Parts: sequence; structure tokens; C-alpha cells
Amino acid sequence: MVTQQQRQAAIVGIHEYPLRLAPGRSALQIKTTSIIAALRDAGLQLKDVDAIYDPAETEGGGGLALSAYLGIRPRVIDTTAVGGSSFEFHVAHALRDIQAGRANVAVVSYGSIAASVRRPIGTGNVTGAGEANWSGNMEDPYGLTLIAGYAMVAHRHMHQYGTTSADLAEISVATRAHAMRNPDAVRGMTDLAFENIRELTVQDVLESRIIADPLHLLECCMVSDGGGALIIANKDVVKDTKQPPVWVIGAGEGIKYRENGGDITVSAAAQSGPAAFAQAGVRPDEIDVAMIYDSFTITVTTMLEDLGFYKKGELGDFAKGNRFRFDTALKPALNTDGGGLSSNHPGMRGIFLLLESTRQLRGQSTSQVANARLAVAHGNGGQLGAAHAGSTIILARD
Amino acid sequence: MPRRPQPRFPEPNTQPYWEAVKDGRLTYQRCNDCNAVVFTPKFHCAACSSENLSWHDSSGAGTIYTYSVVRQNRNPVFSDLGAYVVAYVDLDEGFRMMTNIVGIANPLTDVHCGQRVQVQFEVQESGDYPIPVFAPV
Ligand SMILES: [Zn+2]
Repeated sequence: MVTQQQRQAAIVGIHEYPLRLAPGRSALQIKTTSIIAALRDAGLQLKDVDAIYDPAETEGGGGLALSAYLGIRPRVIDTTAVGGSSFEFHVAHALRDIQAGRANVAVVSYGSIAASVRRPIGTGNVTGAGEANWSGNMEDPYGLTLIAGYAMVAHRHMHQYGTTSADLAEISVATRAHAMRNPDAVRGMTDLAFENIRELTVQDVLESRIIADPLHLLECCMVSDGGGALIIANKDVVKDTKQPPVWVIGAGEGIKYRENGGDITVSAAAQSGPAAFAQAGVRPDEIDVAMIYDSFTITVTTMLEDLGFYKKGELGDFAKGNRFRFDTALKPALNTDGGGLSSNHPGMRGIFLLLESTRQLRGQSTSQVANARLAVAHGNGGQLGAAHAGSTIILARD
Repeated sequence: MPRRPQPRFPEPNTQPYWEAVKDGRLTYQRCNDCNAVVFTPKFHCAACSSENLSWHDSSGAGTIYTYSVVRQNRNPVFSDLGAYVVAYVDLDEGFRMMTNIVGIANPLTDVHCGQRVQVQFEVQESGDYPIPVFAPV
């Protein structure tokens, strides 16, 4: 039973920018319009904001520049920039700052036009550019694409635990099923000229072309535009906000990097997950909705394992019975917005995990889990198998 | 002839490594205080905080820890290679390095985790530094 944990800070306002292709907009414009919409959702205004958390992804960048642009003078600025997991780190820090009495209304936000500017995130390979640096000198000669980095984790996972591409494909299948129920995701796939905008089978995934062995196209996230914002408030502010509060009951942070003799099938979630679950006083098997960073299928299974949902290599058994779908009795439902695989991935997806978790706990998802009470959002930033950061946020409704 | 990116200098951590590569040697560091293996090259030992490190020659023999066959890279330097194998190799001296696996007839079938490999120094179309890559033994 959920009775023990502290309920001092809650997500009270959210907004997800609806477009996945937004030519002519700027990232800062997407971000700002999302902040104002999220404040309106909460019944708050810019002048109420006293804490800003920002990953410095837009022009200018960082908590200082964003505060100046918005025209606010917060007491807390936090420019933690750890890629796609930045937003979970921000929520963890906002919880800490609100508990410490240093913040009342915190803003977390994101904007990106990665698709409109055709940023080659997965298969580009920056070499010979910028200043000389120690890691580039050791890695640039080898043509490691971002996808190949994840693919190396997948191959090792298969070698150690017997995981198969068919096991991994279950993640793509469940995620696409959720995307097809989300009008913004369907419009996004249409705008981004996806082929075969329909539910997928395992066979569809296995027959899609391989980008970097063993990862197929349909195991890789898209590159979209997009953004969003969320407002976190302390419990005294929560009384006067418009939406049912979604309480932040647990937070954990971790990092992992490649080491001599290290196991690259273990992610930063093995550090952040236990901390978050301990603070929340709940277990993985109580979680109704799991929003897990799906840059690639291998990312998802690695993190579900490290968070304690099942043991390494047991994905095939765990996924049986359509467990990941929103409408089965088995928990948890996975990536019910359609994920980075099929809804949106503008480069740093972490904020959308928190937005969909909040929608689920408010009863507002397009793939609503019946009576959802607990959600976990786990963000990953950097590169799985190499240096990456992970943060786990556990959320609960009243 | 391959035209992989060359290391760029000044970069003090990795310069001794690359000067040794130019001499046909694969090198790594050990901590003189606690004997820990240090790689990639740096100036300190994470195990004991010592800054007293020394360079050693590797036999160049190792085992593939994991790999991927890259089919798509928008950089023509690499896409011109066709499907190529990027890998982490565990050297027998206890360090792990990123590399490419070469000298295989079919990268899709002839590479696997646990495979024994040996370093070779691949001369490039231009630039002073050959690039350490590995081939099956
Ligand atoms: Zn030492």
C-alpha cells in the first residue's frame, strides 16, 4: 500500500507541444509557449515562478538566459545538462529544493527543432571538428555512430543473456500500438513521412532494415521537433492549482561510463532506480505505468531490468500476454504515449516521460491505464554503453 | 587506402599513446603506486588518486567484448568502407579499447563476442599516424 511516502511537491501543470514537425518555429519559441501553457494549465503565471531548471538546449541556453528571456527573477537556477535525462534530474532537484524550502513554483522545459534542421543524431559521425580532446582522439578514427554504441550493448546483452531481436521487437510493437491511439503521434508520423503508419508485428520489426547490427530501423527512435514544459509546486501552492496534483514521491540519480572490465549491459538505472524506489517506499511490481527512455529497444530492456521489473535477459518471458499494452491486466503499461520510437524524439526525450506519466495519473492519456495510481519515469542521457546519466522519478496521484 | 580521422594535437593525455602507435607499439598506462591499469590515457589513477603513472607496451592480443556492424554512417570517410565492424576489445593486459575489426570476409557472419584478435596498424591515405585496428587470429 502507498501510505508512507512524503508528499511535498507535485506536478501541477503540463504542456506537450503538439507538432513533431514545426518549420519556421524556433526551439526557444516552442519552449516558451509550452511554459506559458503549462502555467495556464496549473492556474499560475510567470510571476509566480521562483525556480528554473534548464538543460541549455536552446539558443542562449541555461537558467540565466532563459530567466532573462522569460522576464523572471527566480531564487533557484539550475542548468544541469545531461542529455535526454536532464529533465528527470531537474525534477529530482526541484523536489530537493522544494523540500528544503528554497522553491515554491519550479519550471522544467524543453524545445527543439531537430527534425526541421535535419540534425543527424543517430547516424552522423562528428570527426575532425572542434578542438582536440582526449576522448575524440581515442574514438574518432573508428566511426562509432550513436546507434552503433547502443547496438554494441545489444550484442553483448544477447551474448550474456540470450536476448533475441524478437524479444526486443515486443517493445517496438507495444509502443506503436500506443502511438496509433495518440492523434499527435499519428499526425507526427504522417508529417515526418513514416512508411506503414499502422500497428506493427514482431515480423515487421525484424524485416525492417538493419542500421547497426543487431538494431533494426523499427528499433530506433525517430528524430522530430517538439518540446514541452511542466510546473512543480510545493504542497501549499498545490491547494490552489486547477489540476489534480501528481506527487513526486521518489527521485534517484546515477551515472555510468565505460570501464576496463566493466559490464556495459548495466546502466545508470541500477544506481538511480533503487534510490528512487526506496524514497518512494514502493516496489516495481506496484507500478502501473512505466515511461522508459526509448531511444532504442535495447535502452528500454536494460532499464526495466536495472529498475527491478525483471531479471537480465527475461524480457521475452516478461513481455508475454501483451503485458506492455495499456489495456491488459498485467503491469506495467509501457510508454503509453507512443514513445520516442513512434511519437516524438527531438533529441532529449526525458520531459515527455514525465508529461505522459502525469497524464496517466490525471486520467488524461490517449491510452489510459485503468485506475493508474503509480508511474515511473526513467530518463537516460548520453550514450548507453559509454558515458551516460540516468534519473528515476516516481509519481503518484492522490 | 582508408582515410580515417587522425588524432589532433595538442592533446596532452593521448599524445604519448599516438607517438608510440607511430612506432608500431600499442601502449597503456599503469599506476606506479597501486598497479591499477589506466586506459584511456590520462594523468591520474582513479583507484588511488596517484598522478604517478608509467607507460607499458601491450602484446596487442585481446578478445572482442562486443561489436556492431555499422550499415549507415552519413560521414563518407566511413560510408566508403561499406559495412564495417566497430568493437570494444579487451586486451590481455586488462584494458578495453574502441577499435574496428578488419581482415574478415563477411562482417555479418565472421565476428562474434569472445573472438580472439590481434592488433595491426593500418596506414592511412594521409596523416602521420597509422590507426590501431584488430583482425581475427
Ligand atoms: Zn593507483
